[in-house]
Formats: sequence, structure tokens, C-alpha cells
Amino acid sequence: MKELVIISGKGGTGKTSIVGAFAALARRQVLCDADVDAADLHLLLSPTVVERHDFRAGHKASIDPERCTQCGDCLERCRFGAISPDLVVDPLQCEGCGVCHHFCPAGAIDFPESLCGEWYFSQTRFGPLVHARLGIAEENSGKLVSLVRKEARRMGEENHADWLLTDGPPGIGCPVIASIGGASAVLIVSEPTVSGLHDLNRVGELARHFQVPALVCVNKADLHWDGARQIDAHCRSAGYAFMGYLPFDADFTRAQVEEKTIIEYNQGPARDAVVALWEKVVRALQASDVGV
Amino acid sequence: MIISIASGKGGTGKTTLAANLAVALRNIEPEVTLLDCDVEEPNDHLFLSPTFTRTNEIWAEVPDIDTKLCAYCGKCQEICQFNAIAILPELALTFPELCHSCGGCFMVCPENAVRSGKRLLGVVEEGSRGPLQFVQGRLRVGEAMAPPLIRKVREAAGGDGLTLVDAPPGTSCPVMAALRGSDFVLLVTEPTPFGLNDLELAVGAVRILGIPMGIAINRSDLGDDRIRKFAGKEKIPLLMEIPFDRRVAEAYAKGELLVEVLPEWREKMLTLYDAICRVQGGCGNGHNGREGSQ
Repeated sequence: MKELVIISGKGGTGKTSIVGAFAALARRQVLCDADVDAADLHLLLSPTVVERHDFRAGHKASIDPERCTQCGDCLERCRFGAISPDLVVDPLQCEGCGVCHHFCPAGAIDFPESLCGEWYFSQTRFGPLVHARLGIAEENSGKLVSLVRKEARRMGEENHADWLLTDGPPGIGCPVIASIGGASAVLIVSEPTVSGLHDLNRVGELARHFQVPALVCVNKADLHWDGARQIDAHCRSAGYAFMGYLPFDADFTRAQVEEKTIIEYNQGPARDAVVALWEKVVRALQASDVGV
Repeated sequence: MIISIASGKGGTGKTTLAANLAVALRNIEPEVTLLDCDVEEPNDHLFLSPTFTRTNEIWAEVPDIDTKLCAYCGKCQEICQFNAIAILPELALTFPELCHSCGGCFMVCPENAVRSGKRLLGVVEEGSRGPLQFVQGRLRVGEAMAPPLIRKVREAAGGDGLTLVDAPPGTSCPVMAALRGSDFVLLVTEPTPFGLNDLELAVGAVRILGIPMGIAINRSDLGDDRIRKFAGKEKIPLLMEIPFDRRVAEAYAKGELLVEVLPEWREKMLTLYDAICRVQGGCGNGHNGREGSQ
């Protein structure tokens, strides 16, 4: 089984539309939405949830006013500014380090495990999907990403799948790091803009740091051909395998509005370009020996 | 006065609005500072080409165990919630990249064997473009924790002046770190299923923080009217609609400021600022009568 993780650095370059299309084109695949912070893949795949699980991770401090002696020890120790002068913990600022709980001389600080979100096993018209929903403003997104990837991988192995297709988050921080470690390859979806190229460089460097092979495609290439070709040239010098261009095409948006992938939507040029991209990605991954 | 620009979904136009608002307002407001808090992928500088005058490295404090003093009691490992310390019978291991800098290990060690080490989070760069002050954070590639660096960038908010914050996408801890303490949040979205889904999450995050907000719809003619309906139902003011315009996409692609290459954008930005000020109520009193100034 090969795991391909689709990332981008910059947000809004078309990751999820491409993952949805690849899901429609692949055979014997398991799907994973690792963008747990703002998951969108389910909006294209209309999954039927088969299993729903709580995601608990980390702890939050809570001061019991009955037991508290107002000594203020916790206030002095907390490095996250999570305790107010009148000794109430702000759960949004609490980092879950437990220092206040450990040292409280009155034993007045509880430290329960927190419910940070939910994750799901679902069925879709293109195979099983493992996805999640991180609670709004919650932490531990990296842990939830690791969890959904692990479960998706387990399901893939049980089903003898050939492909695990993972929709990654934007950026280069904690959830992205959790998304790419140990993958067969990442496909970086760039766009022909100064931001697209800048962000491609940073996320490409991240893939290199974690020794994951990087493939690159340029979406919306015809909005700025000079920029698109510049990315192609950059990939050659940086050692990323360049996979080709996709057009700017309002059909991607129209398909999304109808909750369809571009593959199902019509037979237009956008579909043809995505099919060609998928075939090239498959060849690139089959040519390399990297497996999961 | 701090106005943050956020979105939930990435790529909806946060940076376009933040950078163009900042440049349009620098002649209107006496003091304008733009903070790029999207430290994972900071992009405002590509459009502003600021002159940077200072770079500060930002470090996290991490444990460095002095094995000459360590009694291998394991108390530091026990208090650490982040698995950043492993104590074996004759070996003390630290994993600095997992450390959240809570200081628990320093406080708990009976032998004073935990020394202060450090891990580079990234840099905060300060500069300007004419009268516009600009500060950005740049997370070190490979570093997982953005919020402490974002908080450092936020410390540069200019006291009495107007501060604009370009926030990261999403709704988790980096976004909260960027938005906390703002006086107003402008949510930029697009009228698609993905745009609405992520907008709903972002609205939830802003409500938790209790900050007034408004919505701008970008590429408002590519999709349907789901955002307008949502805004109406949730009673969130709709402050701006920007139809798709190929000239805008091309200027953005090249790194050009719209207020400089498409003159009508200056007026659009001032109108948006007026709309924000009407909703927020605490800003924009200094430029009455600017209508004739274009």
C-alpha cells in the first residue's frame, strides 16, 4: 500500500478537490482526511458514518473554589497566563501542563482528561474514509492527525488496499508534520502566485526534513503562466518531481456546489487534466520502491 | 484598535485584504501596523516588500539535564505531560521538540539538575513600508508549535494606533493565539460548500472569544448564495462582496498590491474600513469627509 498525502503549504490551492478526484479515479483505496481543523473532504464524498469515536487527549486544569485557599501559588507558576487574578482557569489558555495541579498545596486543582473532538469510520461511494472533527479552538490537532492516519492505515492493511489517499492540512506546523511522517510521498499542490511559490519552498523543505519524497503540481496554472513555469523550473533545481499543470476552471467550483468530484461532474478539460495528473502520480509512485 | 482578518478556509483572500487595507489606511489613520501572524506561511511581505530593520530570534526554554547532578529519580518525567523527558536508571533523555516550556521539570527537580536549554521557534522580523509599520513571524521549518511565536508577533500591536492582524487559516490554537485580544474580526470566505463549512467553524471560534465580527465574500459570483443566507440567519453583518476578476487574480499572482495597480481598490478598501468601523463603533473617527480625497 502506498500512502500519498496531498499538502500545499498555502491554503486554498485545491488540495481537497484533487483528493476527491483521485478518490474517484483510484482502485482499492482507503481515504483519510487529515485536515482535522477544517475538514472538507466529506462535503464531496457524502460519507455514511459507520463508527463514531470520542477523541480525548491532554488534560485541562480546573480550580475547585471550595478547596482553594487563595494562596496564589498556581498563578505564579503558570507560564501560559491561563489563571486569572481571582484564580479561575481559562480553558482556552490552559496548555494542559499540570504544573498548577502538581504543586497546589491545598490539592484544589483537578486535572481531567479533555474531550477534544470526534473521529469517524465512514463509507463513501469511493471506499472507506477515516475522518475527524477537532473541537473548535481545541489543541492536540497533531495527535488527532496521527490517530486518523493510523486508523486509516490499519483499515487499508485489513482491506489489502493499494492506496491510502490522505488530504493534508495547510501550513507547515504541528498537524502538517503529523500528516507527512512515514508517507510514501507528498503531492504538493501549488499555484502560480508569489505566495504559492514561497509556501511551496517552505513545505518542500519540511518534506525534505522528514525525508518524504515530494511531487509537485501547479493548479490554476493559466492564471499566470510565467509563474507556473517558474515553479516547474524551481522543482527541477530543488529536486521535486514535477507532475504537471491543472487549469483554473470554474467547473471545480460548480462540481463542489453539487457535492461531486470533477471526475463525476462532466467530461471537460479540467477532468482530463486531473486524469493525466493522477496517471503521472501513479507512475511516479510505482517507479519508486517506497511503500508504507 | 486591533482588527484581525481570518477565514477558517485557506486561500480565500486574507492576505489580499490585510495587505491592501494596511496600505490604503496608512494615509488615513495616523499610525498603522500590520502583523503577519500566519507564521507557518507568512505572505504579506511578498506584496509589501518592506524594509526590515530588526530580526529577533525567538526561543523556547527547554530542559537540559545536568547528569553530574541528576539522581535519576524520574520526577521530571512524571510531571511532563508532553513526553519530553525519559529517565532510565543511568540515562536522562530529553526530547526538546516535544517540550511546551511549562517549566514543571525545573520546579520539580530536587537536585537542581535541570538547566535551562533552548529550542529555536523562529524569528520575528520588524520593518516598515513608508509610514506603514510591519511585523511578521516566520516559524522555523520543522518546528511544530506556532502559538508561542504568534504571541510574540502579537506583542508588537501598536498601542493607540490601528493594528491589522493577518491570521492563519483554521480554527485551532494558532488562530486563537492570533485573534485573542482583537477588537474586531473580519472573516473572509467564498460562497462554496468548503467556504461555508469552514466559515461556520471560524464563527464558532470568534464567538468563543466574544469578539464582534463581519464577513467579506470573495469570488462572490463563483458559487451560490449560501454565505449570504448564513450571514442573515446568524445576524453577522456582510461587509463586502468581491466578484471574481481576472485582473485581481493576475495582480495577486505577480505580488502586486491591488490598491496600486487597480485604482478603484483604494476606494473599496476605504469603504470596507468604514463598514468595519460602523459595526465595531470604536474606530475610523479621524477621516470624515475623505470621500472627496481620491
